[in-house]
Amino acid sequence: MPVETWLICILGFMILGSIVALEIKDILSSIIAVGVVGLGVSVAFLFLQAPDLAIVQFLFEIFALIILIRAFVKKDYHEEAPSTVNKILIGVTLLTLIAIFILSISIFRTLPEFGQPLMSTAEYYLENGAAETGSANLVTSIILDYRAYDTLGEVTVLFTAIIGAMTVLRIKSQTKKESGVAL
Amino acid sequence: MKNDAGMTVIVKTITRIILWMILLYGLYIILHGHLTPGGGFGGGVIIALAFLSILLAYGREYTTKWLNIKFLQEFEASSILLFLVVGIMGFGLGGAFLVNFLSHGTLFHLISAGTIPILNIFIGIKVGVSLFLVVLALAELHIEKGEKA
Repeated sequence: MPVETWLICILGFMILGSIVALEIKDILSSIIAVGVVGLGVSVAFLFLQAPDLAIVQFLFEIFALIILIRAFVKKDYHEEAPSTVNKILIGVTLLTLIAIFILSISIFRTLPEFGQPLMSTAEYYLENGAAETGSANLVTSIILDYRAYDTLGEVTVLFTAIIGAMTVLRIKSQTKKESGVAL
Repeated sequence: MKNDAGMTVIVKTITRIILWMILLYGLYIILHGHLTPGGGFGGGVIIALAFLSILLAYGREYTTKWLNIKFLQEFEASSILLFLVVGIMGFGLGGAFLVNFLSHGTLFHLISAGTIPILNIFIGIKVGVSLFLVVLALAELHIEKGEKA
């Protein structure tokens, strides 16, 4: 299958996951549905041949899931006893994981030998970077030309983080002012 | 200086002189991002530190009077919008989002590398102003706490 078909499948899966996350009543299931969306982004990065972004997305998704579950789900949340259906589902999941592992063993043969890192991308940048972008500083040419999407994402993260920080801080100082007047 | 807030006269005078040098250095780092080490992020932090030195030397009230905070917030938000506008212009003129559609010019010249210096300027404005605004918000919070104690 071409990459586009896979991407459309993953995007549909992610849209489904976000709808489930919005509509479902159980908060743990909702958080896990949000996690499905993030992991879908990670798989999409893998299909688009951006493994470094995929790794970062994957790790941050797990990090965010742990924090969300710690923050929003009570400790004595799930008390139900494991039923036979659950046991069967766990067995199916384990078998699928083992099958995926066995089938993916052959991919390890394509890895480069120890001590011989893959540097084809870096070589390309070093040879053609200055000529293609006209920037004498190769770091800048990568940040703002080859990887400009990455920079756009970083600036967006900064923007969102600062909006959030300023909102929280302003609410705090306003409530303090009000309480001070009341006293 | 009339207001007693902030530090002593020595610090205030030196800050007044040195502020423009720091700003100039930050602008230099941003504008030469495609030629020398540095760029939007580094130069932006230098500009934020220049404003921060006013905040430290003159106190918060003088700074909020001297600088239009509402304008700074809009300035900061519009810089990321302009970044996106440059990206969309690349979509129209170059065929892909964020493509480098301007002419590359000669290597090692100040006006070269197409859209890279423009994007660097927007990132520099964004980083500089927003970091300063966060420090200002934290300073307000700190003062509120201090008054209560």
